[in-house]
Amino acid sequence: MRKFAEIRKSLYVALWFIFLTFPIMVIRINPLEKTVEWRWMNMALVGIGTFFLSFLWRYLISKKEEGSKRAEEKQNEKISKLRRLIENRKIIAGSVVAGALLAAVFPFVVSLYQTNIMTTALIYVMLGLGLNIVVGLAGLLDLGYVAFYAVGAYAYALLNYHFGLNFWMVLPVGAALGALFGILLGFPVLRLRGDYLAIVTLGFGEIIRLILENWNEFSFGPSGISNISRPPLFGIELSVQNATVYMYYIMIFLCLVTIFIVKRLQDSRIGRAWVALREDEVACQAMGIDRTKTKLTAFALGATWAGMGGVVFAAKTTFVNPASFTIWESIIILCIVVLGGMGSVIGVITGAFIIILLPEYLRVFSEFRMLMFGIILVVMMVFRPGGIISGVRRTYKFEGKNF
Amino acid sequence: MSFGGLKALDGIDLYVERGEIVALIGPNGAGKTTFFNCISGIYAPTEGDIFIMKPQAGTAKRINGLKPNQVTSKGLARTFQNIRLFQNMTVLENVMMGRHVRTNAGIAGAIFRNRKTRDEEKQIVERSYGIIKKIGLAYYVNECAKNLPYGAQRRLEIARAIATEPFLLLLDEPAAGMNPQETKELDMLIQRIRDEENISILLIEHDMKLVMSISERIYVVDYGKKIAEGTPEEIKINPEVIKAYLGEDAY
Repeated sequence: MRKFAEIRKSLYVALWFIFLTFPIMVIRINPLEKTVEWRWMNMALVGIGTFFLSFLWRYLISKKEEGSKRAEEKQNEKISKLRRLIENRKIIAGSVVAGALLAAVFPFVVSLYQTNIMTTALIYVMLGLGLNIVVGLAGLLDLGYVAFYAVGAYAYALLNYHFGLNFWMVLPVGAALGALFGILLGFPVLRLRGDYLAIVTLGFGEIIRLILENWNEFSFGPSGISNISRPPLFGIELSVQNATVYMYYIMIFLCLVTIFIVKRLQDSRIGRAWVALREDEVACQAMGIDRTKTKLTAFALGATWAGMGGVVFAAKTTFVNPASFTIWESIIILCIVVLGGMGSVIGVITGAFIIILLPEYLRVFSEFRMLMFGIILVVMMVFRPGGIISGVRRTYKFEGKNF
Repeated sequence: MSFGGLKALDGIDLYVERGEIVALIGPNGAGKTTFFNCISGIYAPTEGDIFIMKPQAGTAKRINGLKPNQVTSKGLARTFQNIRLFQNMTVLENVMMGRHVRTNAGIAGAIFRNRKTRDEEKQIVERSYGIIKKIGLAYYVNECAKNLPYGAQRRLEIARAIATEPFLLLLDEPAAGMNPQETKELDMLIQRIRDEENISILLIEHDMKLVMSISERIYVVDYGKKIAEGTPEEIKINPEVIKAYLGEDAY
């Protein structure tokens, strides 16, 4: 009987949609010939389409509810099974070795184009992990993250242009500048939370972009800076092919460093303070955590990775201009974090690969890219609100018992 | 303490001796929680002073105007009327947060994990677990705080406050929403904290049975003013208190 009710509900939805879209989908008025065209075919399509989509949606929702009920009955057996799988040392070791081998031989088995895309994806892994500190751990919604990316990129571009500094010299400078700008942004927004914080950070991101676009003497305006030198290998200038492969390995190395440091930070006194700050600010302060210091470290450390990512980006493309640092970049990085799983390192890595690589390989659908993005995010929020791989709190063993 | 034209607290003098359990009672809206917020640094009092005197220091120290985290580091810890746990962290992590103020590993320590940091981390985990065991939450140690039953959440808040090594514990309605059995256990727990940890306690509570059985002295406030103070026996027969609670014409 329940099925029948579902069908009836879907039918109502379809009727509603037919009614709502009637004026735009069915009636077409031709003002020149003064005729009205009735496109009944469209109406049928809208009806059938919404009916099936609505039915599918209901079916998935009910499936999910059943699933969550069953999971409760079995005391989260499914989740703990998955967790055990993730925590199983043998499987971890196996997948790490396989991943390392794959990463090491990757540039030699695929084309240069693929290597290039992979390097881009790795930059986004780094950016995602950096933003994960701010958004995922400390819970500060930062929509201006791309500003720090721009700071890093322009730091390398300008220092290289004016003083001829090379990649390795500027990498730490970019990181430091990122951190500095992170603190600069952090100070005014200390008291803000949620939506207000998002708006101010959004404004900050736009300010940096507009400065770069309009301050011609400093940043060469919209035309940008070209001919930035690629990273040298012990003083040897590499050919374009070799430089691409070299860039790929640099990025692999930097990603490993990022993962290592972020993991350690997450599982430390400071990492816990960030999470506590996200959970409850008042209680957090009552527990003796300095809100100012904790927030500023989160902003600074998050921005550090964006600064480094920017330097790599400038070295990889050998060209920077303000168009690369629009609000959309921020949104994409935020999507990586949210889709992958806030606060989960492996989740963010997965999210970065999915969001950056899928559009590259699905070029056929490139027109619908943003539409797909939206649909995926809505579906994710309904069915997996914690992200693809959501963060799991660390457990401890006491007296040999695992509670 | 006043908010604009509204005087929320008006000349309440209160002291807690070392090792005492003192209760602060009064009708709803009397200003009890505001008083706590003034002490713990959430509000800066517009008038008046808060002094603490540690036995080793000898002299009194003025602490009003400090930030909440500074007040906590001076040795005052509090719980909240509406439970404010770190919902998505485990029970152990909640208590570990309390240790934050007594430890000092920094960013470099977190990244390089030198011996000092590792020792400190180990000590944090061990001490936190010790407190959890003492409070009787060992069974839930790796459970998310939000999944705990209500009474256990209240106790976890107390555990978290104890982890900051306070000399004075401020409990804001610790028995709210508890059944008689849980209240009785809480009564014993509070006494044990006082005796074993040597922590003085100032509590706000509406459960008169608990207040009368546990506290050595009671302060009564109404409309931001102190209307009575004394031992439980004195308070029970004080006409001012009866008037505040039951109204003018009653009995």
